[in-house]
Amino acid sequence: MTYLGQLESLYHIEADNLLHKHISRELALVEELTSINVTRIREDFPILKRQVNDKPLVYFDNAATSQKPRVVIDAIDRYYREYNANIHRGIHKLAEEATVAYEEGREKVAKFVNAKRTKEIIFTRNATESLNLVAYSWGRANIGKGDKIVLTIMEHHSNIVPWQLLAEEKGAKVEFVKIDEAGELRQDEVHELIDERTKIVCVAHASNVLGTINPVKEIGRVAHRYGAMFLIDAAQSVPHMAVDVRDIDCDFAAFSGHKMLGPTGIGVLYGKSEQLEGMPPFLSGGEMIREVHTTGASWKDLPYKFEAGTPNISGAIGLGTAVDYLCGIGMRNVHDYEKEITSYALDRIKHVEGVVIYGPVDVAHRVGVVSFNLGDIHPHDLASILDEEGIAIRSGHQCAQPLMEFLQVPATSRASFYIYNTKEEVDVFVDALEKARKLFAR
Amino acid sequence: MSSDIYKDIILDYYRNPRNFGDLPDADVRAKDSNPLCGDIIEMQLKINDGRVDDIRFKGKGCAISQASASMLTELAKGKTLDELKTMGKPDVLELLGIDPGPTRIKCALLGLKVLKLAVYGHLGQAVTEDVKQLV
Repeated sequence: MTYLGQLESLYHIEADNLLHKHISRELALVEELTSINVTRIREDFPILKRQVNDKPLVYFDNAATSQKPRVVIDAIDRYYREYNANIHRGIHKLAEEATVAYEEGREKVAKFVNAKRTKEIIFTRNATESLNLVAYSWGRANIGKGDKIVLTIMEHHSNIVPWQLLAEEKGAKVEFVKIDEAGELRQDEVHELIDERTKIVCVAHASNVLGTINPVKEIGRVAHRYGAMFLIDAAQSVPHMAVDVRDIDCDFAAFSGHKMLGPTGIGVLYGKSEQLEGMPPFLSGGEMIREVHTTGASWKDLPYKFEAGTPNISGAIGLGTAVDYLCGIGMRNVHDYEKEITSYALDRIKHVEGVVIYGPVDVAHRVGVVSFNLGDIHPHDLASILDEEGIAIRSGHQCAQPLMEFLQVPATSRASFYIYNTKEEVDVFVDALEKARKLFAR
Repeated sequence: MSSDIYKDIILDYYRNPRNFGDLPDADVRAKDSNPLCGDIIEMQLKINDGRVDDIRFKGKGCAISQASASMLTELAKGKTLDELKTMGKPDVLELLGIDPGPTRIKCALLGLKVLKLAVYGHLGQAVTEDVKQLV
């Protein structure tokens, strides 16, 4: 039965009339999808009603972790209230329901990033664990003396330290692609550093400090030309824009649930199955084995080979719900709206006297992350003053000390946005910056 | 313009730190940093007959860490090493006149930690666990 036919029989009204209704419904849908209704979105996030220091909360620390919509909180709550059970083994109703919900979470994530196969999605604790999984499992089996691991200077510590440990252990070398004045990766260095000795290239899709969106597809092509693996740290991109792992053609992608409206404690490693199949287990024990004998053991197939022990079941369910919520808005709309608010924020912040902004000027090349310094005010002092105004920002080295050293600053302040932030909040934030400036200028 | 944490006195000590600089003939020096934010404080003490004869500090970091270190140097001058050993968090909070809250308290206590490291260092005694845990 056609959609019109369904409606006709449902409402017992004439087709002409229905066609009109159908069209206006479609129009409303289109309108809804092309602009974000922030007022309505804010209603979905209970925490945004909170007062901090008697002021309405302005949450600008989204690159650290996002807030959670009611549907996600409810999905987790419902799991514990109605069908809490361990997965993949119990032969009873609750175990069956829990297993289905957990695996649905995986399917949703697989579709969300356009993985070819659902089994290419491995659930971990967070992006850090995903990166460690690759460094330990793939790295220990494939990196040898004299091999090269190419990173970028804008990586988060979690995409540096596992590779440094690996290199130290194997006698390999870690090299860093640096950035230009605009905060973008130097393409000449990409071509210079990646060579025959390079075994893996690991790049942040979007920088958690500069907000730069890196040209990962191009960098991946260079890596593959030399037969190197290509990994992206997608922790700051997957929550904010449509990420297609097949289009990017990365071998691995790591991201966290909690930065994309999901709960903490659930992360994702995407890996091409041809890579994952050949890799030894990372953690071992229950859930990941096919058979265990006193003489040895054999592993389950993907993805379970990499999911030892009882996983974060409620986390996977919550993340799946978060993915549904984001899909309901549309990632194109999420990205467009964030560009709009970032562009507004950049424009307002740059007019504050004494402010230095880091990262690309062009909003087309950045996510909703704005790192800056204000005169000689230490970022921790600034964060404290803003906190008194109910504004939450990040201050410090942002887990990117090599980048701080490169920028020659001890620390920065960072405001980062998401779909529920408004231009009015940016105004409150800029007023608070002015207040801080005047306070310290005396 | 008012701010609960950044009272005039803290900003004043931050802008015009008392006892800032080097003490060339110091008997003991100590230095430490807050790994969370990278704040650094160094203290140099001239000790005479078990008493702080003179004191200087140097450092880099936020207003709370630098102001509290500067205030501490003024308080420490003339005190006996035993007296300094008994000083604690309440003394620092009294100097600052505010409670910076759980996320900033370590900034405020860095100076105290370094001062105590200097005292224990001069006495050749092992640093106690509670001093290590100040920051």
